[in-house]
Amino acid sequence: MTQSVVIQVGQCGNQIGCCFWDLALREHAAVNKKGIYDEAISSFFRNVDTRVVGDGGSISKGKICSLKARAVLIDMEEGVVNEILQGPLREVFDSKQLITDISGSGNNWAVGHKVFGSLYQEQILEKLRKAAEQCDCLQCFFIIHSMGGGTGSGLGTFLLKMLEDEFPEVYRFVTSVCPSGEDDVITSPYNTILAVKELNEHADCVLPIDNQSLFDIISKIDIMVNSGKLGKTVKPRSLVTSSARALKKHQKPFDAMNNIVANLLLNLTSSARFEGSLNMDLNEISMNLVPFPQLHYLVSSLTPLYTLADVNIPPRRLDQMFTDAFSKDHQLIQADPKHNLYLACALMVRGNVQVSDLRRNIERLKPSLQFVSWNQEGWKTSLCSVPPVGHSHSLLALANNTCVKPTFMELRERFMRLYKKKAHLHHYLQVEGMEENCFTEAVSSLSALIQEYNQLDVTKGMPVQDLPRLSIAM
Amino acid sequence: MSIVTVQLGQCGNQVGFEVFDALYSDSYCSQGLCSKKENEAYQASCKERFFSEEENGVLVARSVLVDMEPKVINQTLSKAAQSGRWKYGQHACFCQKQGSGNNWAYGYSCHGPKHEESIMNLIRKEVEKCDSLHGFSIIMSMAGGTGSGLGAFITQNLQDQYPNALKMNQVIWPYGTGEVIVQNYNSILTLSHLYRCSDALLVHENDAIHKICAKMMNIRQISFNNINQVLAHQLGSMFQPTYSAEDSFHYRRNPLGDLMEHLVPHPEFKMLGVRNIPQMAENSLPYSTFTWAGLLKHLRQMLISNAKMEEGIDWQVRPPLARLPALGKMPFNKELHFDTSIANLVILRGKDVHCADLGKRMLQWKLRSYVYQYTKFGIEEEDFLDSFSLLEQVIASYCNL
Repeated sequence: MTQSVVIQVGQCGNQIGCCFWDLALREHAAVNKKGIYDEAISSFFRNVDTRVVGDGGSISKGKICSLKARAVLIDMEEGVVNEILQGPLREVFDSKQLITDISGSGNNWAVGHKVFGSLYQEQILEKLRKAAEQCDCLQCFFIIHSMGGGTGSGLGTFLLKMLEDEFPEVYRFVTSVCPSGEDDVITSPYNTILAVKELNEHADCVLPIDNQSLFDIISKIDIMVNSGKLGKTVKPRSLVTSSARALKKHQKPFDAMNNIVANLLLNLTSSARFEGSLNMDLNEISMNLVPFPQLHYLVSSLTPLYTLADVNIPPRRLDQMFTDAFSKDHQLIQADPKHNLYLACALMVRGNVQVSDLRRNIERLKPSLQFVSWNQEGWKTSLCSVPPVGHSHSLLALANNTCVKPTFMELRERFMRLYKKKAHLHHYLQVEGMEENCFTEAVSSLSALIQEYNQLDVTKGMPVQDLPRLSIAM
Repeated sequence: MSIVTVQLGQCGNQVGFEVFDALYSDSYCSQGLCSKKENEAYQASCKERFFSEEENGVLVARSVLVDMEPKVINQTLSKAAQSGRWKYGQHACFCQKQGSGNNWAYGYSCHGPKHEESIMNLIRKEVEKCDSLHGFSIIMSMAGGTGSGLGAFITQNLQDQYPNALKMNQVIWPYGTGEVIVQNYNSILTLSHLYRCSDALLVHENDAIHKICAKMMNIRQISFNNINQVLAHQLGSMFQPTYSAEDSFHYRRNPLGDLMEHLVPHPEFKMLGVRNIPQMAENSLPYSTFTWAGLLKHLRQMLISNAKMEEGIDWQVRPPLARLPALGKMPFNKELHFDTSIANLVILRGKDVHCADLGKRMLQWKLRSYVYQYTKFGIEEEDFLDSFSLLEQVIASYCNL
């Protein structure tokens, strides 16, 4: 069984990370009734005897003493991390896993990347090496950050290059929160484009997410919960947005949205941690969904968002789950995959779903989706027997689809509007190591990516040609 | 004459468990139709072939379990131990921590050489336990990384180390509409490598077995367990001790050899398929009657019309040649029939499935999609081209028949 290390960078990254660890603990608590430290838990947690001072406290088997998260928390201002350390999760983190500064990055990618990057490089490397040493077999780094700010965006992407050099065999999965149209940070287009260039070059796989989609999902759930339709009550802990505090009204504003992302990460790794009839490990995600190294942006959608309280699930409900996965309401990013070209699609199912249900639904949904001509059967499936907390089954769909192209084009638009006027540019250029060609390079990297998607889109709708096969002399 | 089974990857291990379970239940089933003496002789023969015995009488399967990640092996071992009737050897398994990621190249070029010694050692220990080794049955899937890549590597090694033992690879053909996106690449690479070093490839198609489950056995929600059980049933029928045509008092001592003698006349033609009837749900058994003649007739027509299950057989199709010696009979209500007339469809089917696959493959290949994942581990473009050409050759030879 392999382990993964989560690196949470910046305010957004750390807040999402906090929800993730909370949910991970709940999930393992629900599955692991006997309190034995098994391989599933070890993928995200270490078992430590806290009475032992120093480093010798790790225990690899037997009863759970004290679980510590395999995480590195990085933020250039102390507020968020301090709050985590005073909250209910304080026991899960070790003070040696944190890197903080006081002043913050000022929403400036250059400060995060160049200034703090060089300042903290050694420290970060040391913490990462430590975290890696504590793993038996490290398979993947999960980086959580936002792209619009300074720390998450700048320092977060600086990390990628470092990880690639230091741990070339370990996968780098990045969960990036993209700024939506009405973002409150004015320089977010600059930060985002500069970050995207790094993601293009150094990430193995990126799961872009935007706040607007998360917000829409929450509104949908709220309507459902509050409508109180006759006979339809929602099972209390089954909301994809629920956390330990959810049942109280005064949940913190971003908590619900962050829980959705936490669910995404848990479902992604469920088949690697738990047993099932068709397992899918993390390295298989990259292998199957990334046909060309640069096209590694995956659109994710989660179902169900909530479970109604009636007990028996007729097969139609199951089919509804599959249909929902392909509807825009359940996606974590604003995009339109159905009207664009699929390069590959993965369906990760949890719970009591069998292969025939999967087959039936793939057959049913295939005609309405357009796959690229050379990958007409581009489906990757996995079945995990353990359902998520509060649900009886769930589905995560990951699609590599050209629908991310409009998102990128829009980002480029917003960037160019600011860049043409050289607005706010001086804040960046003041930073040592930043020059104008950093910007131009970033834009051309993005344009090249858009061009690649364009080339694939051109083939959309063309009839599938049967290529001539090799002919043999008989 | 014993057969050692090597179970590779998630699929191989899951299927392997079902096979041993089926073999065990068949030979120790309490409602036999034959006399006690016959039953005992049958049991002894089956036991010798597939199980070894520990001091306390518990049967241990002659099998080596290999996987690159621990979950499935743990599950398989505990399922076997829980059944209380037979189990796997405690040290008969090999596993690592990180899987092959559906990457044939990773399984073949990385895991293979790295773990060659340990795995071959395990196999050797199992072989030493046998009085006389007859051959190997290697169970693997073609779509994934471990079963396909590591499977091809191990088969090659077996060829080198045990040149006199027969090797039959049980190859699981994935669903057409995709279980794994790169299954086409993995399958082509596997087939071409296996063709060079295996003695026979027995192909089981997930699609076909799925249909059998749905139509013949009326299972509503088909799980991989159901599919594996049908597969095990088919394999069980094939591996069970049979009488030979000449001598009906002793069981054949050379099952694999005889099969291959009849079915693989030329090293160019190694792909085999299995047809098994009757296939029906447990509940329908009391309501049906069979005669050998009726079953044989159905089976013959199934082969001729290329049907994979008993329903929907096209009775209009006629064969060009008609040589059909029956190979043997089983004590229970199962029969296995291999059509040995060469010009027939068992073999043509191999060709059909091949063609479909290669067509898709070429299209992906043209754009070199996913190839970078393979070159990362040392499989170059020439290797792909080699595989393509070998398989084209095979298809052409079959077509020429």
